Amino acid sequence: MTRHTLSVLVENKPGVLARVSALFSRRGFNIDSLAVGPTENPDVSRMTIVVAVEDLPLEQVTKQLNKLVNVLKIVELDPATAVQRELLLVKVRVDAATRSQVVETAGLFRANVVDVVADAVTIECVGSPAKLAALLTNLEPHGIREMVQSGMVALGRGGRSIAGGDRLRSVS
Amino acid sequence: MTEPKPPARAPERMTGAQSLVRSLQRVGAEIVFGIPGGAILPAYDPLFDAEGLRHILVRHEQGAGHAATGYAQATGKVGVCIATSGPGATNLVTPIADAYMDSVPIVAITGQVGRAMIGTDAFQEADICGITMPITKHNYLVQDGADIPRVIAEAFHIAATGRPGPVLVDIPKDVLVEETDFVWPTQLELPGYRPTTKPHGKQVREAARLIAAAERPVLYVGGGVLKARAAAELRLLADLTGIPVVTTLMARGAFPDSHAHNLGMPGMHGNVTAVTAMQKADLLIALGARFDDRVTGNLDTFAPEAKVVHADVDPAEIGKNRIADVPIVGDAKAVIGELVDAVRAEYAAGHHADLAPWWEQLDQWRATYPLGYDLPEDGSLSPQYVISRIGAIAGTDAVYVAGVGQHQMWASQFVTYDKPYTWLNSGGLGTMGYAVPAAMGAKVGVPDTTVWCIDGDGCFQMTNQELATCAIEGIPVKVAVINNGNLGMVRQWQTLFYDGRYSNTGLGTRRMIPDFVKLADALGCVGLRCEKADEVDDVIAQAMAIDDRPVVIDFVVGEDAMVWPMVAAGASNDAIQHARDLRPDFDTPQAV
Repeated sequence: MTRHTLSVLVENKPGVLARVSALFSRRGFNIDSLAVGPTENPDVSRMTIVVAVEDLPLEQVTKQLNKLVNVLKIVELDPATAVQRELLLVKVRVDAATRSQVVETAGLFRANVVDVVADAVTIECVGSPAKLAALLTNLEPHGIREMVQSGMVALGRGGRSIAGGDRLRSVS
Repeated sequence: MTEPKPPARAPERMTGAQSLVRSLQRVGAEIVFGIPGGAILPAYDPLFDAEGLRHILVRHEQGAGHAATGYAQATGKVGVCIATSGPGATNLVTPIADAYMDSVPIVAITGQVGRAMIGTDAFQEADICGITMPITKHNYLVQDGADIPRVIAEAFHIAATGRPGPVLVDIPKDVLVEETDFVWPTQLELPGYRPTTKPHGKQVREAARLIAAAERPVLYVGGGVLKARAAAELRLLADLTGIPVVTTLMARGAFPDSHAHNLGMPGMHGNVTAVTAMQKADLLIALGARFDDRVTGNLDTFAPEAKVVHADVDPAEIGKNRIADVPIVGDAKAVIGELVDAVRAEYAAGHHADLAPWWEQLDQWRATYPLGYDLPEDGSLSPQYVISRIGAIAGTDAVYVAGVGQHQMWASQFVTYDKPYTWLNSGGLGTMGYAVPAAMGAKVGVPDTTVWCIDGDGCFQMTNQELATCAIEGIPVKVAVINNGNLGMVRQWQTLFYDGRYSNTGLGTRRMIPDFVKLADALGCVGLRCEKADEVDDVIAQAMAIDDRPVVIDFVVGEDAMVWPMVAAGASNDAIQHARDLRPDFDTPQAV
């Protein structure tokens, strides 16, 4: 199955997240990641949904999604022409001997240390899923106490906006 | 401008309840089916003397929901039902799901506990918006009384347009009680809701090209044609092209049964010619149909040689089950209207395949495998005979409403439907108990028309309490209980697939438990019974003569009658049996 990134503009109304996520589950799709947040327009929120499905079921779920009254527009973002980012916060076990190593690793990934105690550091890193996975591989030998990762957010490259135009259409 | 200038939009002060009733009046609702209760109580006060808005007090909220559906199916208007919070609302779940599956425009209004109580497991609290999310086209929880007019206007608009469906509006009690401003919206703002009704011209022309060239085409007509009120356009297209028509369970009546080009119903219990015509077709022109599994059987072997033109107002239906060679998104009325013109242009250009060999083949199948039934060997009354006599005596102007099961299939097979909106049933959800309340709703919608409810003894025992509503409210429906003493369709499957082990399908109704004649009497109806073939016409005539009360006829029929033809669930349509263990022979060439 292929991973697809859908960028969905929705009306900023109560219950919209539930409508969208419930639609995926009842049509038999698993959401890999989902991120919701405000947009430049306070009446509109933007969801970034990553799903692993074949093309045909993707078309079906997109059409079903488009039928939701609160869904304004759906665009599939091609990874080649979109910026895709996730945020990772990870708490790594350290001692006096390993701390500098861990901090150095963080630096290599342009990650920041955001909290330090005697036996642990917390690192924040923003990047593509592949970069975050690589960072984690490097930190793992030290011992990961806990971690949290955001859903992916993505934006198409170039000057255009998916909200552009007065007519809102679906991708399919 | 013929429209009067809208009145100044000075807000009027009133309670949320008054605003709700005023909104229902403004949107043109005339009938509301419902039951009051705690949370919805404030709405019942202004409803008590609301001008032009009749409330019909049902006996169970499920009855209100199906009545709204029957009303909508018979009239084309939006049906309205109303219930209180918690159990009142959850009792609407089945009819809402039913309306969703059959794309029926209804608006359900439910009371909710006060805003401060929401989420506290308060008395009679249920998250009905959450519960009905997957079975409504849209739903609303009204948080501010000022939103009521807009929400009601949107709810009716969404329910009735595009692919119709149910919309639920949940209103907390304190929103109904508090004073608010009533302002009727001058326009609807639904930026995410823009159904495509006008088809793409290029697609229509491409469809016309295939239609003109096809040698074995079939018009596969679904309920969308009725929803779009496109029966006249369909007739034009069928007459112009001479293409055979099959009408699905949801489309019976969309094209006259008595028309020579009507092959009847396709599907699991469709007739052999309709099923086989689709199997052998080189082109299926699907109009407002959705390639339901009950029509296609095993999808992989369904109509293997056919190209598909698929027109539907819901883009998600196109390509869902079967890939369309020519997809057309649009309202069936608009699509068929434009197809007629486009096909004419193809014909004018000299493209016009000869359908004579196809018709020769179809007529041979029709002659060899007509719909029929055998009379029971034990001399008991034949259910098919009873149903065909009701159809013959009540005629093609009457409305027929069926429950779910064997009697539903027979009512579809053995009643002639020549007019649209004369056949109502629960097709998609298959809701036992649909018929009595739906017939009630239909009769309220078309009071001058005879409405026959053809029900099974199993279905009838689920919702017959609405006959009390009919008796008290003056809704004289006629009910034929096809009483075979069993859950007949389930029993048929036990006969065919479980070696006749009749696990829990005998209802005891043959032992007169209950006695449907006495039950009818107790519910304020006339109760009649018929057990012999030579009494059938008389008893139907008696029922036809009664118009001041509902009538129930207990037709005591044999329990072994089965619905044929049949394609077993999941089997290929090629494996259709026109009677038990009898497969039509399509391979041996036959003299025509």
